Amino acid sequence: MSIFHFTTPVTDEDIRKVHIGDVIYLTGEIVTGRDDVHHRVVVSGKEPPVDLKGKAIFHAGPIMKKISAEGEEDKYKVISVGPTTSMRMEKAEAEFLAATGTKIIIGKGGMGPKTTKGCVDNCAIHTIFPGGCAVVAAEECVETEGVEWLDLGMPEAMWKLRVEEFGPLVVSIDSYGDNLIENNKVEFEKKKQAALESLKGKLDYMS
Amino acid sequence: MSCDSQVVERLSGLVSSFICHSAGHLPDDVKTRLAQMKEVETEGFAPSIYDVMQKNMEMADKLGRPSCQDTGLPQFFAKVGTGFPYLEEIEPALIEAVKKATVEAPLRHNAVEVFDEVNTGNNVARRIPWIDWELVPGSDKLELYFYMAGGGCSLPGFAKVLMPLEGYDGIAKAVFDQMTTYGVNACPPCLVGIGIAGSAEVAAKLSKKALLRPVGSHNDNPKAAQMEKDIEDGLNSVGLGPGGFGGKLSVMGVNIEQAARHPATLAVGMSTACWAHRRAGIIISPDFTYDFFTHKGVTL
Repeated sequence: MSIFHFTTPVTDEDIRKVHIGDVIYLTGEIVTGRDDVHHRVVVSGKEPPVDLKGKAIFHAGPIMKKISAEGEEDKYKVISVGPTTSMRMEKAEAEFLAATGTKIIIGKGGMGPKTTKGCVDNCAIHTIFPGGCAVVAAEECVETEGVEWLDLGMPEAMWKLRVEEFGPLVVSIDSYGDNLIENNKVEFEKKKQAALESLKGKLDYMS
Repeated sequence: MSCDSQVVERLSGLVSSFICHSAGHLPDDVKTRLAQMKEVETEGFAPSIYDVMQKNMEMADKLGRPSCQDTGLPQFFAKVGTGFPYLEEIEPALIEAVKKATVEAPLRHNAVEVFDEVNTGNNVARRIPWIDWELVPGSDKLELYFYMAGGGCSLPGFAKVLMPLEGYDGIAKAVFDQMTTYGVNACPPCLVGIGIAGSAEVAAKLSKKALLRPVGSHNDNPKAAQMEKDIEDGLNSVGLGPGGFGGKLSVMGVNIEQAARHPATLAVGMSTACWAHRRAGIIISPDFTYDFFTHKGVTL
């Protein structure tokens, strides 16, 4: 396992350095986007209002607080922002990478074969921020630079966040097509079969 | 009968504070279990993930923030004493409390009207907050649970009706299948709630009520308590670890709740709670004194 410190825009050369199980700390610009953003970009074919080239898309629906006074330009602060379940975006992520030039996906849990291929084809990676650790993540967001598509509601909008040493981001899919969580699931499946086997006879309450 | 607005204000103020506190603080039993699990998980990614979890709990407390951004779709479980004097006021007070806590905690806006597909922006919407009612004869108190179930840990939920010959092994298989697939994404280590009954909706509801029982508690039926332990041990042997990164353990526990079944059906429901299991329980007396029993020693 190696530890990397990257700054956006992230290059193909950076992405090629990392493999599953490595850990990244990211500085620069990340943008939140989940179900509705992926739907708009991939299914409805709308042009994203944010340039994502070389940046990270963060599967997250934050709690934001408006800190500007009435009449001032809108300004927001991140209160709590942890990763959401990445698998929900499996259907659209590969197309999203191709359409936007995003280099790093940040979420939680694994993603499937379609995204894995998308990472290979677009020289991108999927990473996992520890789930439920939303205050740690919020404090690594040093500035909210703006918001787009706020009509989707607070959790679904695209929040543009400036981050410093954002992480730990565990690489779960690399640009070579390796998938950490899918590998784990193969192990879990084997152990599950063994566990169910050893339960046999113990739960026979109907005899 | 008419609604007493002063009572609504007082009750909603108390319940709002109760929600705000529970958004940032895990209940005592969950904190204890996580600390025990952290000691066991000494290899691979697990220790560093537990370290971040621990840091997050400390920062949420220090900064007075919701510990997870997903503060759930508001849901109350109310056990109402038939002698509780403010029956008219409970529902309006709970709705008001949700609106208030949404601003004050602040909670994430999580109520999306179905068909209209619009987020209402204040966590109040059609049948939300969802309120589950139980009557308690002979009591003059209101026992109230609020549980912030996020989307991630709600995704593994299911209910289905098995044929009896599939047996309790069929229940175990359904639970294991779900936990080794969807469970990996549900912020493990999870608490697993299983409902067993005669029909899908009863099993589903009991599976959620099972999650309101403390971590480490046991079903009062010895066979059910044994099944809780057998499934817990079995799931732990799979070793999902924190966040699905692998480890020695998978779950904080398994709680089963049951209702009698029909001779020809064996229904199973499952709900999961993520490691950040923000379950809060309070008993409110007619004079508004309270026992915040899931978070001992906390004054609201």
